[in-house]
Amino acid sequence: MKFTVKAWSKGGGRAGLLQVGSCSIETPALLLNTRKGLPAFISPDLLSSLPTPDSRLLQFSPLHFSEGISLKTISELGGLHQMLGLHEHVFAAVPRDSTISLPDYQSSNKMGASFETPCGRLLIKPLQYMEMISSMKPNMWATLADEVPAWVSEKRNKASVDRTTGGAVFGSIVGGSKIEERKRCAKEVAERNVSGFCLGGFGLGESMDEHPSLLGAITEILPEDKPRQICGLGLPEEVLQGVAAGIDLFDSTYIYHLTLGGFALTFPLEEIRRHGYGDQLSDTGRDGSKINLKATIYRKDTSPILEGCKCYTCQNHTKAYINHLLNVHEMLAQILLEMYVPSFLPIAVALFPGLVILTRNSCHFSSHNTHHYLGFFRVIREAIKGGTFEEFRQNFVETRRDHILAAALSA
Amino acid sequence: MEYISSYPVRAKVQAAAGVKILGRFNRARAAQLTLPHFVCQTPLFMPVGTQGTIKGLTTSQLEEIGCQIILGNTYHLALRPTSELIDELGGLHNFMNWPRALLTDSGGFQMVSLLHLADITEKGVTFQSPVDGKPMLLTPEESIQIQNRIGADIIMALDDVVKTTITGPRIEEAMYRTLRWIDRCIAGNCPVTHTWKLDDTYLLVKDICVKGLVERDLPGYAIGGLAGGEDKDSFWRVVAQCTAALPEDKPRYVMGVGYPLDIVVCSALGADMYDCVYPTRTARFGTALIPEGVLKLKHQAMANDTRPIDPTCECMVCKNYSRAYIHCLVTKDAMGSQLLSYHNLFYMMKLSRDLHSSIVDGGFRMEIHSDMSSVSFVNY
Repeated sequence: MKFTVKAWSKGGGRAGLLQVGSCSIETPALLLNTRKGLPAFISPDLLSSLPTPDSRLLQFSPLHFSEGISLKTISELGGLHQMLGLHEHVFAAVPRDSTISLPDYQSSNKMGASFETPCGRLLIKPLQYMEMISSMKPNMWATLADEVPAWVSEKRNKASVDRTTGGAVFGSIVGGSKIEERKRCAKEVAERNVSGFCLGGFGLGESMDEHPSLLGAITEILPEDKPRQICGLGLPEEVLQGVAAGIDLFDSTYIYHLTLGGFALTFPLEEIRRHGYGDQLSDTGRDGSKINLKATIYRKDTSPILEGCKCYTCQNHTKAYINHLLNVHEMLAQILLEMYVPSFLPIAVALFPGLVILTRNSCHFSSHNTHHYLGFFRVIREAIKGGTFEEFRQNFVETRRDHILAAALSA
Repeated sequence: MEYISSYPVRAKVQAAAGVKILGRFNRARAAQLTLPHFVCQTPLFMPVGTQGTIKGLTTSQLEEIGCQIILGNTYHLALRPTSELIDELGGLHNFMNWPRALLTDSGGFQMVSLLHLADITEKGVTFQSPVDGKPMLLTPEESIQIQNRIGADIIMALDDVVKTTITGPRIEEAMYRTLRWIDRCIAGNCPVTHTWKLDDTYLLVKDICVKGLVERDLPGYAIGGLAGGEDKDSFWRVVAQCTAALPEDKPRYVMGVGYPLDIVVCSALGADMYDCVYPTRTARFGTALIPEGVLKLKHQAMANDTRPIDPTCECMVCKNYSRAYIHCLVTKDAMGSQLLSYHNLFYMMKLSRDLHSSIVDGGFRMEIHSDMSSVSFVNY
């Protein structure tokens, strides 16, 4: 794996190039969320309709395979790439996955890390985790995050493990919301022979306001020439916070949760113009950045989710059809949405008490939302390269805030 | 017997579509069926897209695997999003963005099987509105009108639906009423495009019914009321009787038939079209269709099986995935159902193509496994 920083933004954000596997991926980049290696709703043949190489970066959690298939079988099949028929793709392993395996820090101890999974509570020991990584052979993998002292004894294993798995190791940095602990962990991990860093422990209910100081404190300590990945920052505003602090790779379940809720992302990617939103404020379920396609106003709307969007969903289907699919609880709605969407249900519910968010399956959404969110990252990269990132970020955040306020006031 | 003399004057319906027979083998036929949206090759299987979608597949995937006609359920679509809305938005083809052919049923069967207090009178099917509980009536004329708003290539006339297990005078009543309803559709100037008719299964009465329908020179004929649990012997006998009596130049559609074996046998007996929820429904239960029968991916034995579902299958699922991986997906992740549905429909489309080409090539021969559990094709 090779990482080079290509451009800097005034505040500390950077645009780079990550060469891993057979891909050259520009950063900041989005890791697409998967379950057992495949997106929740987008089948592999439809995956290729998403922009490349952006859509080739896939996140997965080895814990997904705790039951149903043995490590031996995975090895026999040749590892993840063979098992999933996705030979051109880049797989990044993270031990935690917000959708089904949440880290349980209370129960983690020196022996290993504890996770709540659909199979119950699992205690994964570092060696077990290493076995999983060895059989799955991801391109990149984050170390099992736990107490720093326990990892010290694993130091010696790391170099040999690197050679065995062939994948790039990302050292995990934890420490919760205590800046000092984070700094300590960051210093410790920074000294190790890792290819990159994975910031864990975010998106677990902490307030967004805490992010800039935490993130800044960590990234200050980390070497510049190694990529930084973060799990759990999902909202567009959070992504922007992360970019500003110097994060390069984002793993989030935003798209998944939005898709489940029947939302489609609509914020204009070319430029954010405040006055452009004015006439849409009165729409039910619109906050300028996403629409709830379950709303009855879309029943007869024969326009695509977003005019000009090149995703499969917008090129082939109308809001009216997706509205119907959502109302009759058909899986196709989510496929289409995921291909086009990104999750922040608690905030949405708090701000829009009138919005009914039903958790049903729908296929079409998935496609559009992913496409759209990948586009968001592209715009971020262009802004950094063009030296306008800080401006773009402020503009975006303020516009969204205005909308949210206006919608809350008129509700 | 006294009913026959009270038949109204028969009307002729213009057959807008043609069936062109391209090949025969004994009673089996391979044909070309020209519909407004697509030129189809029979025998063919039609997947069921109840609510305007095949569960878990996009229209582009359906085209890719060779799907020619999709069935939509009138009852469901009339409920949501309503036939008026579909009409306003340009018909179901536009609404779904499906460029090929569509077939809708009359709605009668769904009503009778899904609704409480549905009843059949001479006027039509009376039922309680699922929306507000008010008493409602679906007449044969209205069923046609609803279907025309939906705009399918093939529509079905409402029939007096009778359970296959019923015996006695009710069968006769149903049969004659069905014929009277068909005449109402024809005479009522409903713009009937391709009307199909349903039979029932009662053998004796059937002859009269079939004769009555054939006299009306309808664009096509459907054999229904089967696939309801009757034993195989009766099932095949009824199909054989019907196809023998139906005109050669009209398509024969056996409704609700989906097991590959049944499709092959019915094709050997001269039927052309089939529909069933079986392939997609069984996929959602983790079962894959293979030449040897079925493969239950949920079984523990699959957990370490690194072979594809069907090594002879060319679909993207069999080309990329092992039984072991599908096993760990099924029933836990939506993707499992999706991949199995894709494979199963691919299998059914290939079955359709193989049936057609083997009859055309003159080498149609079936090998039926001794316990009737599986069938394979042999081409000479």
